[in-house]
Amino acid sequence: MIPQQESDFDHNYLKPYYGKLFPFADIFKWMTYGHDGKHPGCDQSYFGRREFSFTLKGDFYLRFQSFNNALELENSIKEKCPLKIDIGPVYTVDPAKRHAYAQGDNNVFAPVERELIFDIDMTDYDDVRYCCRGADVCLNCWPLMTIAIKVIDTSLRDDFGFKHILWVYSGRRGVHCWVCDGKARRLTNEQRASIADYYRVYKGNENSHKKVSLMGAALHPFLATSYTNVLKDYFEKILLTSQNLLATEERYEKILSMIPDESIASELRGKWQDSRRSSSAKEDINVVRWEQCKQLLQSGKHKAQGLRRCVEEIVFFFTYPRLDMEVSKHMNHLLKAPFCVHPKTGRVCVPIDPNQCDEFDPTTVPTLFQLLEELNNEGLRADVNGEWNGTSLGNAITLFRSSFLEPLQKACKEEIERSYNLKLQQSKNSVGW
Amino acid sequence: MEIVRPQSHRNLFSSNDAVSVPSLPLYRSAPPLEVRLEDFESFAIDRLRVLKGISDGLSRGKKPEEMEKLVKELWKVNMRHQHASEVLNKDIISHFVLRLVYCRTEDLRKWFLSMECALFRYRFRFLTPEAQRAVMDNFDLTCRAVNNVEFESIKEKLGQVARSMGQPSPTVDAIFYKVPFEEVPELVAGRKVFISQGYAYVAMNQVVSLVATLFRSQLSKTLILTNRKWTSSIREQEKHRLTPIVEALSSSYLGPDFSQPREYAEISLKDIDQVAKSSFPLCMRHLFDKLKEDHHLKHGGRMQLGLFLKGVGLNLEDALAFWRAEFSKKVGLEKFEKDYSYNIRHNYGKEGKRTDYTPYSCQKIISSTPGAGDQHGCPYRHFSEENLRAALSRMGVNSRAMEDVMDKVRNRHYQLACTLTFEALHGMTCDAGINHPNQYFSDSQKILQPKKDSSAQNLVTARE
Repeated sequence: MIPQQESDFDHNYLKPYYGKLFPFADIFKWMTYGHDGKHPGCDQSYFGRREFSFTLKGDFYLRFQSFNNALELENSIKEKCPLKIDIGPVYTVDPAKRHAYAQGDNNVFAPVERELIFDIDMTDYDDVRYCCRGADVCLNCWPLMTIAIKVIDTSLRDDFGFKHILWVYSGRRGVHCWVCDGKARRLTNEQRASIADYYRVYKGNENSHKKVSLMGAALHPFLATSYTNVLKDYFEKILLTSQNLLATEERYEKILSMIPDESIASELRGKWQDSRRSSSAKEDINVVRWEQCKQLLQSGKHKAQGLRRCVEEIVFFFTYPRLDMEVSKHMNHLLKAPFCVHPKTGRVCVPIDPNQCDEFDPTTVPTLFQLLEELNNEGLRADVNGEWNGTSLGNAITLFRSSFLEPLQKACKEEIERSYNLKLQQSKNSVGW
Repeated sequence: MEIVRPQSHRNLFSSNDAVSVPSLPLYRSAPPLEVRLEDFESFAIDRLRVLKGISDGLSRGKKPEEMEKLVKELWKVNMRHQHASEVLNKDIISHFVLRLVYCRTEDLRKWFLSMECALFRYRFRFLTPEAQRAVMDNFDLTCRAVNNVEFESIKEKLGQVARSMGQPSPTVDAIFYKVPFEEVPELVAGRKVFISQGYAYVAMNQVVSLVATLFRSQLSKTLILTNRKWTSSIREQEKHRLTPIVEALSSSYLGPDFSQPREYAEISLKDIDQVAKSSFPLCMRHLFDKLKEDHHLKHGGRMQLGLFLKGVGLNLEDALAFWRAEFSKKVGLEKFEKDYSYNIRHNYGKEGKRTDYTPYSCQKIISSTPGAGDQHGCPYRHFSEENLRAALSRMGVNSRAMEDVMDKVRNRHYQLACTLTFEALHGMTCDAGINHPNQYFSDSQKILQPKKDSSAQNLVTARE
């Protein structure tokens, strides 16, 4: 376990960070979704109906902040220096005016658009990682996040047809996902819940029993694909060893307790209790034991009901993504904005490229101190791309733009133009005979 | 729809619904029929009996097969008419009258929507395939059947989905419908369909779910429109004729069981430990014990227990003191005030949009999904057998009753299990059955403290 460094964070350093590095223009472009006023079909009120919220020093919390343009957003953040910026939904009306619209029972102030979001937090995996606990993460358990990104990203694109997906490092122990297609933003709470449930496999907690239950003669194609393409290899080639899942009695008992057939469990226990170091030091003991375990479970000798998917259940238990359901289900749930600085670690919430997520290393994400030092060293150069270009933040912002923002803006503009033309056509038709 | 005096007995028959869908109307538009004033009310009451029956059945956790039988029975008994040709009219008219009654507040709309959708769903299942197809035509669904070429390309995946549900792979002549996944949230949630590029492939036997969702969204939008029309014109226009009937219908048959306890037995901080042991249902007892043990509860647990305590009569000041006493032991006083007290005041309607939140019913608690670190939910459903047995014996359930309870649990009758627990602990039968934790509490208190005079309690009427 890598000991957590002294926090690279000081509230005073947020001022220069917001002053010179935070990409206001990019966030604004993202949040306008093409409604920048340049096309007659643009909705001028769109950006102003988006909720932002700020957590200030001293734990003051400002909700329902809204802005009419990029400058207002920028000035407010520079002035207030929030520890955290959250993004909420787009409402029917400007959130600042919400009280005027809340009339008793028929609440006219309601969310109308909101990205489909996911929050994956390492603490939800505490029962399957032995290297760290709680807020700590290291390179031994980070693969769990990599798995989550691969499984969910692939499914969002292939199954649901979404295209504009942003993955962001949460700054400490997890990842966030923003699905920004128009279709996604307009999903109802019920539809969001259904997608979250589609992704749910791990059920239960310390009070319940079997937490992963894969019944049926076959796995649903989504689960089967995830297993074959991602989970199996990560489990067998990485996690088995890096987490020493079968190396000690305490750990292998945990896996044995997931086998519903006591005779198989005893047989394995017998093998493992005796052979401590007897197997050649060449092959990793976890790999050897897993092979033995698989052989017995898949031998076909024992046809008991619960055994059919036991191997998969174990693999799913240790690897399959665990989402925070509540975050995804409600349109009004707030989520931290990308490019914020995490106050406990000083790390910037940078985007993660899902196509290269194997290479993402949370321990080398730029920190606040580091960035400001870089700025000082480079001197104050007037750079046409903004001062971030000379810093480690450069890559993050370039990634944000090229892989996410630019394709998104293009699609948004096309959508605005399309619906504008459609409206024109319809009004022409209604006038004619 | 024209309302006529009792004397004139003419009945014009030109409903769109009747012609195109002989057995299951979609209630898309108020039909141009004439209705006698007395039928206006009596038809509505008959339909309300059906809806109430469905509501009761659902809250008792009846399984789908039982519900099917129930709905058939309820419909047969209440919705018949001496003239066979009038049966459809009664169906349509009663629906539209109840729309007026139940469009007026969000709670009423929610209840009406749920019950009408459940009714629609079960009636759809009884239809012949031809009749079902006719309904699907109305929703523009039949054109979305998957052609042979596409079927071949996804046959294997469709087979996997079927087998994952313990069903046989689809045969060559199986019909599938390709619809946007947004239209079948239930099937998506249960991973019961193959989804690709934003489309869900729905099998014929799953079409109910699809049609029900479409019906629901249609009705939901209409209810809001009806409400607007009611408030803006109908209520005033009809103030001497229909309006009094409509208003009487909704208050004399408080159709929905809002499960808000009518009487607030005020309990105070010092009583809590005692009543927790004697009168809390298992779900709340567990949360309470865990709170005392860990000096913390996650959000789901705070909501479930917090609202329950409010329903039991704990006032805001005492609630704050209660939670503060526990949480400050773990997170400190300052953090409690900053992070947690807001939510408690929110639950009492003192913050934010000032909704006075209702304590959760059994149905809601049973369908919750406690995850890692959570302690809320219904123990009869969410606990493993050993953990449940241990919890019940801690409560004092004897071994004989324990077996009966576990038997109910195995058959997924969670509320009946809780009822049996109640009966075992109080030595008395509970005929109504438990469907709300606050009901468990007040029934328990009634038995344990029979001398408490009802006039001494604060009476707070249920919000409509």
